[in-house]
Amino acid sequence: MIPEIGQFALILALSLAICQTVFPLVGAHRNDVAMMGVGRTAATGQFVFVGIAFACLTYAFVADDFSVLYVANHSQLALPTLYKVSAVWGAHEGSLLLWIFIITAWTVAVSRFSSGLPEAFAARVIGVLGFLSVGFLLFALLTSNPFDRLIPAAADGGDLNPLLQDPGLAIHPPLLYIGYVGFSVAFAFAIAAMISGDLDQRWAKWTRPWTTVAWMFLTLGIALGSWWAYYELGWGGWWFWDAVENASFMPWLIGTALIHSLAVTEKRGLFKSWTLLLAITAFSLSLLGTFLVRSGIIVSVHAFATDPTRGFFILTFLAVVVIGALLLYAWRAPSLDSDVGFGLLSRETFLLLNNVLLVVATALVLIGTLAPLVIEMATGGKISIGPPWFNVAFLVPTIPLIILLGLGMHTAWRSQDKTPWTRMLRLPAIAALVLGVVIPLFIYGRISVLLVVGCAAAAWIVVMSLIHPIRSLLREKGTAGITRSVLGMSVAHLGMGFFVLGVTIVSAFGIESDRALRPGETIEVAGYEFEMRELRNVEGPNFSAIEAEIEIRKGGDFVATLRPQKRQYLVQKNWMTEAGIRAGLDKDLFVALGDQLGNGGWSVRIQYKPMIRFIWLGALIMALGGLIAITDKRYRSKVRKTATADAAAAEATA
Amino acid sequence: MNRYLWPLIAVVALLIFLVMGLRHGDPRALPSPFIGKPAPQFELPTLKNPEVSIGTEHMAGNYALVNVWATWCVMCRAEHGFLLDLAKSGAIPIYGINWRDSRPEAIRWLYELGDPYLASAYDEDGRVGIDWGVYGAPETFLVDPEGTVIYKHLGPLDPAIWQREFVSRMNDGGAD
Repeated sequence: MIPEIGQFALILALSLAICQTVFPLVGAHRNDVAMMGVGRTAATGQFVFVGIAFACLTYAFVADDFSVLYVANHSQLALPTLYKVSAVWGAHEGSLLLWIFIITAWTVAVSRFSSGLPEAFAARVIGVLGFLSVGFLLFALLTSNPFDRLIPAAADGGDLNPLLQDPGLAIHPPLLYIGYVGFSVAFAFAIAAMISGDLDQRWAKWTRPWTTVAWMFLTLGIALGSWWAYYELGWGGWWFWDAVENASFMPWLIGTALIHSLAVTEKRGLFKSWTLLLAITAFSLSLLGTFLVRSGIIVSVHAFATDPTRGFFILTFLAVVVIGALLLYAWRAPSLDSDVGFGLLSRETFLLLNNVLLVVATALVLIGTLAPLVIEMATGGKISIGPPWFNVAFLVPTIPLIILLGLGMHTAWRSQDKTPWTRMLRLPAIAALVLGVVIPLFIYGRISVLLVVGCAAAAWIVVMSLIHPIRSLLREKGTAGITRSVLGMSVAHLGMGFFVLGVTIVSAFGIESDRALRPGETIEVAGYEFEMRELRNVEGPNFSAIEAEIEIRKGGDFVATLRPQKRQYLVQKNWMTEAGIRAGLDKDLFVALGDQLGNGGWSVRIQYKPMIRFIWLGALIMALGGLIAITDKRYRSKVRKTATADAAAAEATA
Repeated sequence: MNRYLWPLIAVVALLIFLVMGLRHGDPRALPSPFIGKPAPQFELPTLKNPEVSIGTEHMAGNYALVNVWATWCVMCRAEHGFLLDLAKSGAIPIYGINWRDSRPEAIRWLYELGDPYLASAYDEDGRVGIDWGVYGAPETFLVDPEGTVIYKHLGPLDPAIWQREFVSRMNDGGAD
């Protein structure tokens, strides 16, 4: 009964989504306030009904209703309750429902916080979001219904993929989807602006905070996924250039470009058509990512169950959305050419270069992701493009990007006077170069060109990001400090510096060693002694495991005891590696059990990962920068102004 | 030429490419190195009687299906009804490989749901599964009278897949 309620709620949500599309768009066209008003109500209704459907599916999981096919395939009686809940989005059908739930939540947020926008503009935004929602609801109902029944019901379920039975992965998809779907808001703003033809700077100002929030969540989601891959897959890597990772990374790169380009459009009224194109591209890449992951067109370590009909549906939807948007763009963009100029040495130039380099980086990732498909179609062979290609190709645009980033932050809009600029840069540049040599040589004892470039680049960004905040702290009393916008930018760039430092150090000085180890034996890796004290059997709720107790010492002094496990999940029978990690800001020590060897020993993979935490810490700080930026005064004042206007209106009617 | 049309042209080209990619083949058709090769030899005890063994040579002379199944596999339950129908119709002998399973549970399953298999081999540790390149259950192999694997299907069987992928492949050789 409950699953049928969920199914019915989804159908009602679809009807409301259609209303949410048609009425506001037609209403805005005819300037009919009553019709436009339908949008907000329908959006709220849709949110409620999708919420009911989501609750029903969650209930089916928690109550072990194995008469629902999706539950029977992805849950099991002994599964811990936390994972029964997260199993809701553990596979295709349920994660699509989560996606829809998030887009309705974004829509409600937009309709709630859009009181400062012109009514017709807000109506169009809500209408466009409604259209996207219609597409996804149809996708769910026609090809991927999570409420399909299994008659007769299974006695027990097939269990959630053990890889997904992890707290990190329980919240990774929601964060990622909030980011992905959040770009639909920037997309909807762009489409609404192009339909109305009202493309002044206000459009950029309204879009900016929404884009930043989406970008923040995407940053956190990707970082969490990377962290999970590090400790759960047992390989000790943090990024694999897998097709699915790339699918999330491409919207991030374009989203980053969009944030920067929006700054230019808002401040200077430049790059308007370019910014529109980026807003369309960011969301289109989110859709493309969905397509790549769910159609099975590309083989990936974590592709969803594949189904060609689903692929065709998403591709058709992608075609409608993107072709429609780009036709509108081709029609409107020519009128946006602006004659406002800017000097060669100006912040505009640096932001333009930032955009070009980020787009080049995205194109490289896209090429690397699709190349196996091209080759398969041409020759019939299945190949994969590996990390070595990506690692090299990706450095080409990113090294100049990092150097320019430090410069751009301290260059004035319009035109920068050269003399004070070069004088100001001299000290940070020298500091960065010195640190670039000192860090690898004196801390880690080795040096190479790439190492110096990496460390100097990281130091360069860190130093340059600190200039604004430090000046603000040292300012004379009574003078204005930096705005939250500038502080947010500085913090986000600082995070980038940490990230670059972490990547450089861990790629150069990380040590991986596969060794055989028996209880009682000790081996030495990277100056640490690893002793296997004992092996024992451990029983979990839905797995049984072999656990090793490994004591780590350095020069005889105790450092840590790690307990890596090799788990066998009882239903799906597959073996999972649960690594033992001693985490630290300066280094991680990582032990994972491999295979049992004949002589009572185990193959173990031991890793020494210096500064790997800086990778995720950097991402976290970047997201924090975004959070600071959206609390800037000019966004708050807008809300306050409309609040006072509302109060005044209320007074007038009273 | 309006330069603002370029993004549209690029996207249309990409979409055409993706449509071609999607039609290029069923993405589930993982290339199996065994197709067109003699079926990997095996000799395993049967599920119901550990004293009796079954192997590749028992299948020779006829088209045969080799179905990899297990009681822990939900999708095996989904295809079980169809396998029973197929066995009843006498279209083809079906051999099972009970893969990484517990013998009592597997016997109970066949007792409760019906047994479509001429015989099931009991592959307790999955060794034969490795030889046959099994990714997961259910998987079904079509072996021709000469003992050559001519098709492999991943996932549950149903009448449509049976007609489309299996019957067509047997006709050209002449099913008996």
